[in-house]
Amino acid sequence: MPSRDRRPAQRATGGTGGPADAGRREFCGRTARLGGGLLLAMTVPALGGRPGARASTRLAAGAGEPGATAPAQLNAWLKIASDDSITVLVDRSEMGQGVYTALPMLLAEELEVDFTTIRIVSAPVGDAYVNAGNGGQITGTSNSVTDAWERLRTAGAQARTLLIAAAANKWRIPPGRCRARHAHIENDRGQSFSYGQLAQAAAKLPVPKDVTLKPRAEYALIGTSQRRLDTPGKVDGSAQFGLDVQLPGMLYAAIAQCPVLGGQPRSVDSRKAEAMPGVRRVLSVPDGVVVVAEHFWQALKARDALEIVWDEGKNGNLDNASIKVLLDRASANAGLATKQVGDAGAAIKSAAKSFAAVYELPMLAHAAMEPLNCTADVRVDSCDLYVGTQVQQMAQAAAAKAAGLPPERVNVVTMLLGGGFGRRLEVDFIPAAVLASKALGVPVKLVWTREDDMTQDYYRPPAREQVHAALDAHGKLVAWQLHITSPSITARFDPTNKDPFDSVIEYVQNYPYDVPNFGLSYTRREIGINVGYLRSVSHAPNCFAVESSLDELAEAASKDPLAFRLEMLAAKPRHTNVLKLAAERSGWGRARPGRHLGLAFMEGYTSVVAQVAEIAVNEGKLQIHKITCVVDCGQMVNPRIVESQIESGIVFGLSAALWGGITVGAGRVRETNFNTYRLLRANEMPEVDVLLVPGDGTPGGIGELAVGPVAPAICNALYAATGKRVRSLPLSSHGLV
Amino acid sequence: MALLSVNDRTIDVDAAPDTPLLWVLRDHLGMTGTKYGCGMALCGACTVHIEGTATRSCVLPLSAVAGKRVTTIEGLSADHSHAVQRAWIELDVPQCGYCQSGQIMSAAALLAVKPAPSDAEIDAAMAGNLCRCGTYPRIRKAIHRAAQLLTPGRDS
Repeated sequence: MPSRDRRPAQRATGGTGGPADAGRREFCGRTARLGGGLLLAMTVPALGGRPGARASTRLAAGAGEPGATAPAQLNAWLKIASDDSITVLVDRSEMGQGVYTALPMLLAEELEVDFTTIRIVSAPVGDAYVNAGNGGQITGTSNSVTDAWERLRTAGAQARTLLIAAAANKWRIPPGRCRARHAHIENDRGQSFSYGQLAQAAAKLPVPKDVTLKPRAEYALIGTSQRRLDTPGKVDGSAQFGLDVQLPGMLYAAIAQCPVLGGQPRSVDSRKAEAMPGVRRVLSVPDGVVVVAEHFWQALKARDALEIVWDEGKNGNLDNASIKVLLDRASANAGLATKQVGDAGAAIKSAAKSFAAVYELPMLAHAAMEPLNCTADVRVDSCDLYVGTQVQQMAQAAAAKAAGLPPERVNVVTMLLGGGFGRRLEVDFIPAAVLASKALGVPVKLVWTREDDMTQDYYRPPAREQVHAALDAHGKLVAWQLHITSPSITARFDPTNKDPFDSVIEYVQNYPYDVPNFGLSYTRREIGINVGYLRSVSHAPNCFAVESSLDELAEAASKDPLAFRLEMLAAKPRHTNVLKLAAERSGWGRARPGRHLGLAFMEGYTSVVAQVAEIAVNEGKLQIHKITCVVDCGQMVNPRIVESQIESGIVFGLSAALWGGITVGAGRVRETNFNTYRLLRANEMPEVDVLLVPGDGTPGGIGELAVGPVAPAICNALYAATGKRVRSLPLSSHGLV
Repeated sequence: MALLSVNDRTIDVDAAPDTPLLWVLRDHLGMTGTKYGCGMALCGACTVHIEGTATRSCVLPLSAVAGKRVTTIEGLSADHSHAVQRAWIELDVPQCGYCQSGQIMSAAALLAVKPAPSDAEIDAAMAGNLCRCGTYPRIRKAIHRAAQLLTPGRDS
């Protein structure tokens, strides 16, 4: 095992610098053990890939080897080496949604290179990498491609322009006589230089301000279904997730946290644990007790041998019934009116037919397949943090605070995320790893068990959604009003946020249906539990209230649910198009014998989606046969990834609709593992039919889009089948599954 | 010390006999392709082959593996040439990818005994492998594709 003291001194990077920092960081060569116990030099782990494995190595492996000339960095996202290798620094976290493929495609489109040869590394913390749509270096809100659309194509075009200028200088001809093709600059005399031959010179030239981007008709890559660059490492075990980090001298840690949400250790008897094999240290951290050992299994067993008396805090009596009472009572308050059109209250009072219903949504856990984990390597003046995170700056800040270092001394290495779904927007699991590494003076990998992950989540908040609406004598919707009562994720996530926008009102604030009187209001009611962003956030609860109520209203109006919606979307051709297509493909109005159809629509992330659920009910039990889904997300960058994200969102929505529900008893989360928190399995997977409508303009979001309509489409189909309206989820709580 | 046979190599391991094979592979042998997901044989992320049979390594103590042939994702092929890996790449099955080692090992074990499985046989064999990203439709297609690749004369 290499001695810690003999490792080459490393400069802390990260901080505010973009390209320069990135450059230094990639070359902090480090020895790590990868699959098969091989020892090899590792740069920033990105996609895995075994040395020598055919077609697998996309990782910039070897770039950190001694003696190699540093590649030229042409901008914050692009490096080109003298051997012509091209490396793209991706500044969004890869959690399955395909950013390690889609983002490089944008850059490659303008750079004129073979996309499949590109190597990927994760970008460090840097100002250049801030997501303008999110106000931070944040992967979330389904906007990675939208945000990168202009930025990375421009970066590619700028780099191409620089390479042309460098070639023109060498040839002493005007740039106009040169062109970029197949990673070479050619001139009109038949001469050419490879990008690798030009990169060093190009990097010294001033970056051109105005570059012209290709018109849509000339796209060679954008809009094509390229294979994902991260697939090879994910089929041979070499892909490097946070859990896979291995550093010389590294110890492993497990953590004990109070089973009652929000509680803390009062006293700890660690004598038994400390005497167990391999245990190196037991230390108290603000949110629990950490056991550090030579191997994780030892740490885990010793953790379970800790005798801890907990201060349960305020939540010892909290349960689902008391949470429901809190929300029900709070809903009597009018709350904050976030949008008003006309006078919905007056219209409802005077209307021919009025309608009222309450829809209830449970808490949900993220349950990413990779339990939370973090590896920290704290030294006297710096810290390396290896972590699957969606928030690089926040991770850096959290580690810096725990380490007692300035943020710029914390180097964040973003590993592949074994699922994010919003859980890795939180940094709660980072400080304990940093504190343990600091205390022990060696790298420490802290791993949460599945039970830790499930019972210490930042849960999707419960919501009570009350709809009031009215129809006129012709069955036309004249008023629709929603009052949401729920805890606030926005306020919890960023208490300093002064923006009145709260994520709880998303989607309905831009209610797509044409109705003359509309009202939206929100009563914030905290319940003492940490709430967090979960894939599709409030789109799903709000879509459930909107689309369930519209079906109820269509029935009250004696209208077909599709026709009822189309009337109110007549001015929106994109919306009506996806609805009509979904109806056509699913056989709307022509359900097969014993089958029943339900429809739901949503607009979100600047995309639109319509779904039809085809179900049967046998002896009171629901069987979902098929989900038809039509999506218009504007310009697609990689249709195959779009399709897989839509399938993914549907599966996520199915798990939530069927079984998703976190329940609390005596302040403790009852669901602890996949036996009690059920997720959809392969044998329960219905047929899925996805149609992607070609579009243009800026790409819309797709990662979260398909989640919301699933539950209302199923519940609308259930009503068609049984005449019973389900207004709360999950369906398992109604004995339907 | 225990003698382990992993991917056709015999390895001495110094770990307590109750240590699950999963952690022996990951933390003692540095073979991190096999994943931890639940620790209770509920999710299949830790699936390896023991004597060719798909087995959850998170609940299998080291003491139970002595003398048995263990194959992990790292040992499936040296170059992505296994039909399941080829099909997985062809259909771009993985999303986050975390569960895929386990999915692939379950699929490979299925195809070893049922070279042309039906949808129902695939569902039964794969029901123990959770995927939170929802790659199930592609997994099913990819298993059919791998079956095709395994059929002589049907490799294109």
